[in-house]
Amino acid sequence: MNEELKAVWASFFNWVMGNGPRPENEVIPAEPPPALPFTQKPKDKYSRFHEATLKERYSQWLEIHGLHLFSVLYSGVSVLLCIVLVSLLLATVAELPPFGHERNPANNEVIERYVKHGGRETGAQNIVAGLILDYRAFDTFGESSVLFTAAVSVLMILGASRRNSLKDDSKPHTHDPESGILQRGPPLMHHDDAILRGVASLSIPVILMMGCVVVINGHLSPGGGFSGGAILSTALILAANAYGFGKVHAFFSERTFIVSSSTALMIYALSKGYSFFTGANHLHSIIPKGTIGNILSAGLILPLDICVGLIVAGTLYGFYALFSEGDM
Amino acid sequence: MLIIEWLLLIFLIVCAIAVSISSNLLNSIIIFMSYSLVMAVIWVLLRSPDLAITEAAVGAGVTSVLFFLALRKIGQMGHKDGEEK
Repeated sequence: MNEELKAVWASFFNWVMGNGPRPENEVIPAEPPPALPFTQKPKDKYSRFHEATLKERYSQWLEIHGLHLFSVLYSGVSVLLCIVLVSLLLATVAELPPFGHERNPANNEVIERYVKHGGRETGAQNIVAGLILDYRAFDTFGESSVLFTAAVSVLMILGASRRNSLKDDSKPHTHDPESGILQRGPPLMHHDDAILRGVASLSIPVILMMGCVVVINGHLSPGGGFSGGAILSTALILAANAYGFGKVHAFFSERTFIVSSSTALMIYALSKGYSFFTGANHLHSIIPKGTIGNILSAGLILPLDICVGLIVAGTLYGFYALFSEGDM
Repeated sequence: MLIIEWLLLIFLIVCAIAVSISSNLLNSIIIFMSYSLVMAVIWVLLRSPDLAITEAAVGAGVTSVLFFLALRKIGQMGHKDGEEK
């Protein structure tokens, strides 16, 4: 075999594996006796002459150039993805039927049936409320459950961290509180603001009244559980900002939220499950529809609106309180 | 009426662009609020008052409040709290 080729091959092997050639006149220092028989690495013997293996060289190169390469690749790929997505969506929009055309699928027999028979079948003057709380009540139930689940998850996560921090506060601090990364931000103190208080005392009753009207008249006029609940929650948030969380806490605490929301969800599930069995499309519903236009009409839509309003109001206020105070 | 609709729609587009190119996060949120408000007016003009109420309450109200809260948490909204600490 050719000796030169062998030497080249050996040096290449050394280059890949990281065992560089040893100078011949070097004296290997005496090995320290191994302290533990199984933890000694054979590489330590040649650590003075250890060159980086290909893998180590690669990771070093990554450390130096990797971020730049990644950012270039990232921006390129993201621009490409954006272009693809935008063109896909634009192509889809171009295929859609023209807006407001009378032959559109949105104006076919389904909507006709809803408009013609919706009032008689659901008893609701507001067709939208009849749609989302009677024909499609199961969808609305899913939405309310999703909201409730989200609020409970936030409550669990932030509540757990709050309980841990309380536990930590009882113990003496071991780390420097000034520089600790885990240190929570300063509590959002409530400032006594006369202007805010004056405006709030004038507007909170109006907002609360408006929310209640929107919720209760959901089957008669535009609005309904979701929008009314959102209006109620804005009143709660305003009260919390003007008078401090303690005042709101007096009548709307974590316990109130859990109790009211789960009760509302249970009532929704039970009543709607019941009406699914008794009041489906071709079955006779035993719940009276009442006269169209009265407050007490439209069967189950009014109680369901109130349930959804309670859940939404509690959830949205709960998000605000949890994210700002970590408490509710 | 058509002119008003066109004006509102153009305002929507201007708002949407301004939200993304505004360097101040507080300004972005305020522009976003005005976007939601104009959207609510457009929903009314499109004869869907249910959506208008929801848009005004959720889009212009609660969402913006949560955004403000997030800004305050990351310390991007003024320096009042930091000074009083």
